[in-house]
Amino acid sequence: MHTNSLYQEVILDHNKKPRNYGKLDHASHQATGHNPLCGDRLDITLQLENEQIQAIAFQGESCAICKASASMMTAAVKGKTRMDAETLIHEFRELTTGKLDTNLPHHLGRLTVFCGIRDLPTRVKCAILPWHTLHAALNSLTNASTEADQDPVQSIVPDHS
Amino acid sequence: MNLSNVSVKSETTSPIVDWERIRTDFPILQLRIGDKPLIYLDNAASSQMPQQVIDRLVRYQTTQHANINRAVHYLSEVATHEYQQARHTLQHFINAREDREIIFTSGTTDSINLVMHGYGRKFIKAGDEIILTTLEHHSNIVPWQMLANEKGAKIRVVPINDKGELEIEAYEALFNENTRFVGLIHVSNALGTINPIKKMIDIAHRHGVPVLIDGAQAAPHIPIDVQSLDCDFYAFSAHKLCGPTGVGILYGKAALLESMQPFKGGGDMIASVTFEKTTYNTIPHKFEAGTPPIAAAIGFAAAIDYLVSIGIEQIAAYESTLLDYATHCLNQIPGVSIIGSAAEKTAVLSFTIDGVHPHDVGTILNQDGVAVRTGHHCAQPIMQRFNVPATSRASFAFYNKKSEVDALVAGIKNVQKIFL
Repeated sequence: MHTNSLYQEVILDHNKKPRNYGKLDHASHQATGHNPLCGDRLDITLQLENEQIQAIAFQGESCAICKASASMMTAAVKGKTRMDAETLIHEFRELTTGKLDTNLPHHLGRLTVFCGIRDLPTRVKCAILPWHTLHAALNSLTNASTEADQDPVQSIVPDHS
Repeated sequence: MNLSNVSVKSETTSPIVDWERIRTDFPILQLRIGDKPLIYLDNAASSQMPQQVIDRLVRYQTTQHANINRAVHYLSEVATHEYQQARHTLQHFINAREDREIIFTSGTTDSINLVMHGYGRKFIKAGDEIILTTLEHHSNIVPWQMLANEKGAKIRVVPINDKGELEIEAYEALFNENTRFVGLIHVSNALGTINPIKKMIDIAHRHGVPVLIDGAQAAPHIPIDVQSLDCDFYAFSAHKLCGPTGVGILYGKAALLESMQPFKGGGDMIASVTFEKTTYNTIPHKFEAGTPPIAAAIGFAAAIDYLVSIGIEQIAAYESTLLDYATHCLNQIPGVSIIGSAAEKTAVLSFTIDGVHPHDVGTILNQDGVAVRTGHHCAQPIMQRFNVPATSRASFAFYNKKSEVDALVAGIKNVQKIFL
């Protein structure tokens, strides 16, 4: 893969102007995600009402891949139900680890710009960290890491297939 | 006049080294990353291996291999002899007084852990203090923290200034009647700072405190003389000196090594064993339990022979020209900041680019075939000191050349263009 295909306009744009950036004052759910290998850290706060994500925000220090992934994720899950969000989390993980057949029906839409990351194993965790953190928040776990028994690439996120 | 005599060595001038020809010794430098030639600037993490060392490993494995110190057959005697010769090569490389002061380990980390277990657990007690520095690699922090937690000892840390140099007055002020040990990195892997270890060892010895030097980043670039330094322990790894992974050495003064308890138990480190009592072998064998990395140790010695044939001083002088050129070039790029500007440095350039995370820098440079390290370089206290989460690090070896610095500069400008 040519790396330029990863650093596409849409990813660079979300990195520069992240959507839903900040912290909700009255969050019903929140979690902090941490990638100790590179120091990436982000906080996710969300408001869940009747199993639906009414509002969501993120903030933190991270690389462009992680920040763009978080920005696009918040835009994608806002207004979705918890179940729909979990489906997206699952599909995104499958996409970035090269297990998703994008020719079959899926719900990722523009998030497929991240498919090139599967050829850069050291960067997969950068893209997955926000999703892993969202999963933790939805399940009332306050911390998510990308390492050891919390390694998202090693699949602790439940399968919905 | 015979042309072959033109470049003969003389007492007054250094031999001329053909650095372009030296590159041909390294087969991996022919590699292409995609459609770009490999530009390997991650030498502080691990160096590449010349054909001479690869050939030595092949010769050992095809004609000389057996286990050592055991059987009476031909191959065992050959392998034992070659392994001992490797120890001699390392002894002379650092000018140790005796060959039994050289212990083969699995690398610098293993060497430091050996000292922590063998010396620290025997002699360091509750209330004692261990002095480390802000520049230490995690491998010279974590073992001492484990010991401090176990014993109730205390870690004291030498600060650095904004250039990335140790503050020697503050170091001296840390000594008191409870100080029992100093762990000191010779050259910072993250910044390239060369520490004034001779002076620091003298200060420690005035207080009667032994000093361990982590020489992983120094041995490839600075001539080491352990007798002149008077250090108590000195550790480094083969794979940063064009040798194989999985082997390194611990130098220790014989009297200290003899006073220490063994680190690992097993075969070869014993004099006799019954179920009631084991008596230990003499040094260095007391610290080399089990079958050692025989092939790797022999490859290590071949790598030392190779480097010595070029000359460590010549290597250092050439790398210094690369560092000066790279420092000059990066200083010309707006938005690029070099972290670490010590007066004495090896060819390590840690830098940040405004608005771009180092991991994105590394991924985009890789697209141009340029291999740099990105991250915290196993030196998180240094990152905290400079208030950055991570840096990108280009580290040069004697087989790098100016045009590769130019490629790095072009790569950095490409990163800035993408993130404009």
